[in-house]
Amino acid sequence: MMNSRIIEIVVGMFVAIGLGAFFFLAMYVSSSSAGSSSGYTVSARFENIGSLKTRSPVTMSGVLVGRVDTVSYDMERYEAVVTMTIQEDFNAIPTDTTASVYTAGLLGEQYVALEPGGEEEYLKEGDEISLTQSALVLEKVIGQVLFSKAEEGAEDNTDADEGF
Amino acid sequence: MTGESTDDIVVKIRNLTFSRGNRKIFDGVDIDIQRGKVTAIMGPSGTGKTTLLKIIGGQLKPEMGEILVDGHNVHKIKQKDLYELRKRMGMLFQSGALLTDLNVFDNVAFPLREHTPLSESMIRSLVLLKLEAVGLRAARDLMPSELSGGMARRVAMARAITLDPMMIMYDEPFTGQDPISMGVLVQLIRKLSDALGLTSIVVSHDVAETCEIADYLYIIADGKVIQHGSPDYLYKEGNPWVEQFLRGLPDGPVRFHFPGVGYEEDLFAGALDPTDIDK
Amino acid sequence: MWVLDKLQAIGKSSLGIFERFGRATIFLFHVLSGIGSLITRPQLLVCQLFFVGVLSLLIILISGLFVGMVLALQGYYILSHFGAEQTLGVMVAASLVRELGPVVSALLFSGRAGSALTAEIGLMRATEQLSGIEMMAVNPIHRIIAPRFWAGVISMPLLASLFSSLGVLGGYFVGVLLLGVDDGAFWSQMQSKLDFYDDVLNGVIKSIIFGFAVTWIAIFEGYDAIPTSEGVSRATTRTVVYSAFAILGLDFVLTALMFGN
Repeated sequence: MMNSRIIEIVVGMFVAIGLGAFFFLAMYVSSSSAGSSSGYTVSARFENIGSLKTRSPVTMSGVLVGRVDTVSYDMERYEAVVTMTIQEDFNAIPTDTTASVYTAGLLGEQYVALEPGGEEEYLKEGDEISLTQSALVLEKVIGQVLFSKAEEGAEDNTDADEGF
Repeated sequence: MTGESTDDIVVKIRNLTFSRGNRKIFDGVDIDIQRGKVTAIMGPSGTGKTTLLKIIGGQLKPEMGEILVDGHNVHKIKQKDLYELRKRMGMLFQSGALLTDLNVFDNVAFPLREHTPLSESMIRSLVLLKLEAVGLRAARDLMPSELSGGMARRVAMARAITLDPMMIMYDEPFTGQDPISMGVLVQLIRKLSDALGLTSIVVSHDVAETCEIADYLYIIADGKVIQHGSPDYLYKEGNPWVEQFLRGLPDGPVRFHFPGVGYEEDLFAGALDPTDIDK
Repeated sequence: MWVLDKLQAIGKSSLGIFERFGRATIFLFHVLSGIGSLITRPQLLVCQLFFVGVLSLLIILISGLFVGMVLALQGYYILSHFGAEQTLGVMVAASLVRELGPVVSALLFSGRAGSALTAEIGLMRATEQLSGIEMMAVNPIHRIIAPRFWAGVISMPLLASLFSSLGVLGGYFVGVLLLGVDDGAFWSQMQSKLDFYDDVLNGVIKSIIFGFAVTWIAIFEGYDAIPTSEGVSRATTRTVVYSAFAILGLDFVLTALMFGN
């Protein structure tokens, strides 16, 4: 039967381009930071993480190397605990690496930036990064600036406050 | 009246009761269908003749009573057994019920493809054989929409006999046919029944045609079997109601007028209604 | 008395809704139990994929393209106020993949394929074809309804993926080629901001659920239709209306569940 053959071919094409569209969405439109499945997790403690959230990027020199897995709070040491998954390929990060919480742009989202140290040993599954630098909280910074200005006694600080 | 052994009875209906809404369609109906005979079930429109066939086929469930088809209680056996039983029952629907997306050949081949592992060439020979029996071998490539009503019924007949059933149920096979195709259908039902040894149940209200081919008649009205017997017997011995039905008299025990209040009473009732005058 | 009458009417109709829903659920179980016969005869499914899926392609592709183009135009207009044209790709792709792709393609699908399914099944019932099949010892729910149901469930995510993809391409066309957004920024921003699991996969899951709901409504309305021409036409209308309710209602619930936190 010729007719059913044509139908089968057309349906085959339909399924193929449908799946093709799905792969297009998967490969070109989105990225699956394959971190969660293949990689190793390390943790870090911060005094303040700002607005860091699950799935925030982890970068080294601006290159995405992993994602934040969980954000929790340690009630004993009063610190935020961030666990992150680093992709397998980046398996030579020294143990004395510094983790800092930065903001992308002035008002952008926050991310963890890793700056490698000089140790010979590398981070592995379950390690903790001990050198950390907390997020810069804008209000605090502004407050500090205003405070120092006020100390100088040069200007009226209410003006500056509103001007910001 | 029927003194034969139960083996000769293909369909045995006992005390069938069925209602639709508040209306009782069947009220304690007993019917025996004998093997290899053409049995006609007749009655005025709206007496639930189609419903009866659907009950026999197990598509509807009666409230009371039992229906034995070849010794199996249609409404008690398992779904799987019911489907097995249906393979041995053909049914011809009033509209033919051909599958509109398949052509004539594929329609007739449908039961074979569903139920048998036969090769395409075997199916082809069988289908052509059945189509030849109803005289439509040459029409095998037509679509159901291209067939006349009578032809559609003949295709449906060919389809109903593809699995070589033991019985066929015909639902109003003659309704709305011109005299020629009516004659063809009458001939076919008789021929198929004789040649294949089929048990046939014909549901109809076309008296002349049905009496021509039926071996046995059941007349149903108001949910009851009024009378049954051979056509000759009923023509001779029929009670006044059967007489009126068989001869098609406009007035008799069945009134011409739908039962209600009297004509005059009805006319005056409207005019004298005080609320009407107010408006 | 008037209040009581109204209350009774409300009670009666809500009981009717429950009763119908119950019947639809039982019907669904019958349909689902017919999967065995489909595995042995996949050509039934292939045939229905053609009628349900392939024939819906054109409207889905064209609509997807235009929705993407309109999104890009509108998005550019707003984003350019903030100097954030670079994120146009993100906006277009995120709205398509998460919401518009599944929702709009399901709405179109219910209008194109759902109504056709209802009318077809309703007419098959009205012309006694389903009874005829049943009397030929073939279960009509397994033979006729189940292939159509699965064809709908399978087609929907494929169609939604195509809709979103074409939409992204339409957005690219308008954003990059016509409005001059940077090509690299368009794609890279999109890729880095959209997550495969959170966005794409959730969108696909949505569309599978919509496909399930729409096809279920369509086949049940057809099967349950009063077997007259008026009954079938009403059932067809109901399919489109109920499908729209189901899609939008489910979308709210699913969005809350998936993207809630």
